[in-house]
Amino acid sequence: MKILILGAGQVGSSAAYHLSREEANEVTVVDMRPDVLRELQDRLDIRTVVGHAAYPDVLERAGAGDADIVVALTNSDETNMVACQIAYTNFRTPTKIARIRSAEYMNAHQLFTQDAIPIDVRISPEQLVCSHIEQLILYPGSSQVLDFAEGRVRLVGAKADRDGLLVGQRIATLKDHIPNTEGRIAAIYRDGKAMLPKGDTVIQEGDEVFFIADRKDIRVFMSEMRRLEDPVRRVVIAGGGNIGVRLALALEQTNQVKLIERDPVRARLISEKLNKAIVLVGDAADEELLLEENIDNIDVFCGLTNSEEANILSSMLAKRLGAHKVMALINRASYVDLVESSTIDIAISPQQVTNGSLLAHVRRGDVVKVHSLRRGAAEAMEAIAHGDKDSSKVVGRKIEDIELPKGTAIVAVVRGDQVIIAHHDTVIESEDHVILFMTDRRKIEHLESLFQVGVSFV
Amino acid sequence: MNWTVVQRILGLLLMMFSLTMLPPIAFSIYYDDHSWLPFVEGFGLTLVSGILIWLPVHRSRKDLRLRDGFLVVAAFWTVLGAFGAAPLYFADGLSLSITDAVFESISGLTTTGATILTGLDHLPVSILYYRQQLQWLGGMGIIVLAVAVLPMLGVGGMQLYRAEAPGPVKDTKLTPRITQTAKALWYVYLAFTIACMVSYRLAGMGWFDALCHAFSTVAIGGFSTHDASMAYFDSGIVDCVAIVFMFVAGINFSLHFFAWRYVSVKHYLQDPEFRAYAFMLLSLSAVVVFSLYHYRGLNNPDQTLINGVFQAVSIATTTGFTTENFALWPGALPVLLIFASFIGGSAGSTAGGIKVIRWLLIYKQGAREVVRLIHPNAEIPVKLGNSVIPPRVVDAVWGFFSVYIVVFGVMLLVMMSTGLDQVTAFSAVAATLNNLGPGLGDVTSGFMSLSDTAKWVSVVGMLLGRLEIFTLLVLITPTFWRH
Repeated sequence: MKILILGAGQVGSSAAYHLSREEANEVTVVDMRPDVLRELQDRLDIRTVVGHAAYPDVLERAGAGDADIVVALTNSDETNMVACQIAYTNFRTPTKIARIRSAEYMNAHQLFTQDAIPIDVRISPEQLVCSHIEQLILYPGSSQVLDFAEGRVRLVGAKADRDGLLVGQRIATLKDHIPNTEGRIAAIYRDGKAMLPKGDTVIQEGDEVFFIADRKDIRVFMSEMRRLEDPVRRVVIAGGGNIGVRLALALEQTNQVKLIERDPVRARLISEKLNKAIVLVGDAADEELLLEENIDNIDVFCGLTNSEEANILSSMLAKRLGAHKVMALINRASYVDLVESSTIDIAISPQQVTNGSLLAHVRRGDVVKVHSLRRGAAEAMEAIAHGDKDSSKVVGRKIEDIELPKGTAIVAVVRGDQVIIAHHDTVIESEDHVILFMTDRRKIEHLESLFQVGVSFV
Repeated sequence: MNWTVVQRILGLLLMMFSLTMLPPIAFSIYYDDHSWLPFVEGFGLTLVSGILIWLPVHRSRKDLRLRDGFLVVAAFWTVLGAFGAAPLYFADGLSLSITDAVFESISGLTTTGATILTGLDHLPVSILYYRQQLQWLGGMGIIVLAVAVLPMLGVGGMQLYRAEAPGPVKDTKLTPRITQTAKALWYVYLAFTIACMVSYRLAGMGWFDALCHAFSTVAIGGFSTHDASMAYFDSGIVDCVAIVFMFVAGINFSLHFFAWRYVSVKHYLQDPEFRAYAFMLLSLSAVVVFSLYHYRGLNNPDQTLINGVFQAVSIATTTGFTTENFALWPGALPVLLIFASFIGGSAGSTAGGIKVIRWLLIYKQGAREVVRLIHPNAEIPVKLGNSVIPPRVVDAVWGFFSVYIVVFGVMLLVMMSTGLDQVTAFSAVAATLNNLGPGLGDVTSGFMSLSDTAKWVSVVGMLLGRLEIFTLLVLITPTFWRH
């Protein structure tokens, strides 16, 4: 797949990293800053082109002529839109993905048609991150909540603690614990190593468990893994940037939200936008301010400023002052390794959240959704099975008969509106949405080939 | 330093290189020249050494860093020179000393074309073929070949490519993946080789000679299968074919790639380096031809024209084929030609020398100083075509240039201290450092008369020239080895 990435900012670089490490992709990155590009080219096997991302001649030099996908990720919505327009008009690029940040454009759906602004997929990292955090707050105790089949099924990651009902017991006993609900444990990470569970696997304290279940059953399952926490009520958000404000808007009806913003002018602006949430002017790492706002009664503290160092420090401080749970927005993978699981409960990586939505479009086969997990080492994927028993390697077969690569499991199947939790004898039908969990991303090509329809089908 | 990675790749490369000793065996059997044994021995030795180096660390899976890239390339070219010499050393008919065998092998791989062999016309076919093949492999770069065929190098491939590729700007990739860039370069190279071979055949050479000379022409090497070099064929058409392909091989191969991909010659004409390169060869040819007319009169104008142009192109691109003994040419011509080899071909070509683009940048800076004197307040960036050259690149060119001069001076002194006269020493250093081949004085037809010390100095000079000095130079700096 020939991929053209416009913009080498945080999102662009990380997309280039994730896309280029898949053997089949050829990635070209366009940016205006030669030094950033040089540094990027030293690390990755990609080509770089210096220039304005929306100029036709720059796009041509970057190989837009035979690119399969253009991904416009510059920090300007307008540049991204124009770039997609030009890719469509001048180069007939089949798939055009653009990052659109401002909600004003994002909500104008009629704008993005082939005869107006031809963007096939719009992604807003801010919105993705915001809904990611929202989910985490909705299911306290979870470290990941991933939607499949438009939210009908959810894959949830949670750390097992000693109060979980299933902890210390074999997985096979799950049926006795909760007889009337369907669900399945997809994978267990113990000491950083992945294992696919069998019936006699025993869950231990400290395991990170990924389970899949119908949306309504998530809480029941959660109680199997850890002590059920009370629903979150009081939230403090540090940083009144795009993400912070979006999150405040989303949560303010159901929760008590306080937002801390340093810049008085910006704070004033935000306060006009928000209705119930309280906007505080000040430094999120100011001990006095936090104490004054009863930080020890806060359920969740989110460090969401532009500076990841500030996020880490203010979250650590909040945790020490008594906040029940702290989350921090962290871009750098090395920082995530440093702080997660010690002082900070959940590190939110915007790249990881955004990457999934890009990856879905570069996969061969009919892939609806990809979620990147464990800093890109693992992946959860929703693919549609097509064809019949002769042309497809999955349709008409029992799950136990499908030759899945090692470290991969089919965890659920969505057939129309019906959610089927996978058993070894579940038979895949044509047009089923199959949800897979992959502990080793390198097996992806093998997996892709399973979901491609053989030539005989055509 | 990542020793295990370096060792693993070195082992792999050696195993790959051992395969190149198989074609000479086929030639030996086909022509029944009874000299297949040295190649079998060479093949065995190289393969077993490769395996021994590779086996203990074959599980090591780390990324190649920039530093490791330098080490791999430098080590590989040195080691390769030694292993490439093995068949020559083992060949009974040649009875070469180790020094001579290594000299010949390095001269081949670095596309220098200086030789210590005489009586080429009577040597076994397989050995003749092997020498030409060494040049061909060295031309586009054996590391580039490795990057093309060994996909597991990944980003490391870029580090290796950069340490080997000639020219001041090494970041330009033709395709997003480095393996594909390397493949593209080799395809272009291969296509030219085949075109050159067919042209030689049509011009009257036998198939074997056509293949061998195509190898050394496109690689800008200069080895021949005959003592008389190109003069052996005594054919104006052969000379013209050689002129065309030497010219083509001295052009940046990425221009060829674009021409092939977009089916247009627009890229050539727009490229400042190509224009300077063509202009330089044209004016040099004109000067040489008119001087020859001046000294010799007009009794054989066609022959003089072809010989003049041939020699000008052959020496200026650093090929080193000869149709006439140019060292005996009158006036300043011999020295002019040797000077021309300092310019060499374009960056990213198979030619040696300092490269046209560096001279062009130095010239542009000189011009800038003149303008600055007249307009002290003017802001004048150094530009090539329409693009501004970053100061870093300009600095690097000056750095390269000064190191070149220092290395040249030191080698000249060492050569002279081995007892060579000044003309011989000067031209011998120029011939090796510029990967040219023939020199003046005692090294006009070959380096056989030199002492062993002088030959080893030449070997170092050839390697320095092919790897553009810095790749080797960084290895002897303490900073490189410091952790």
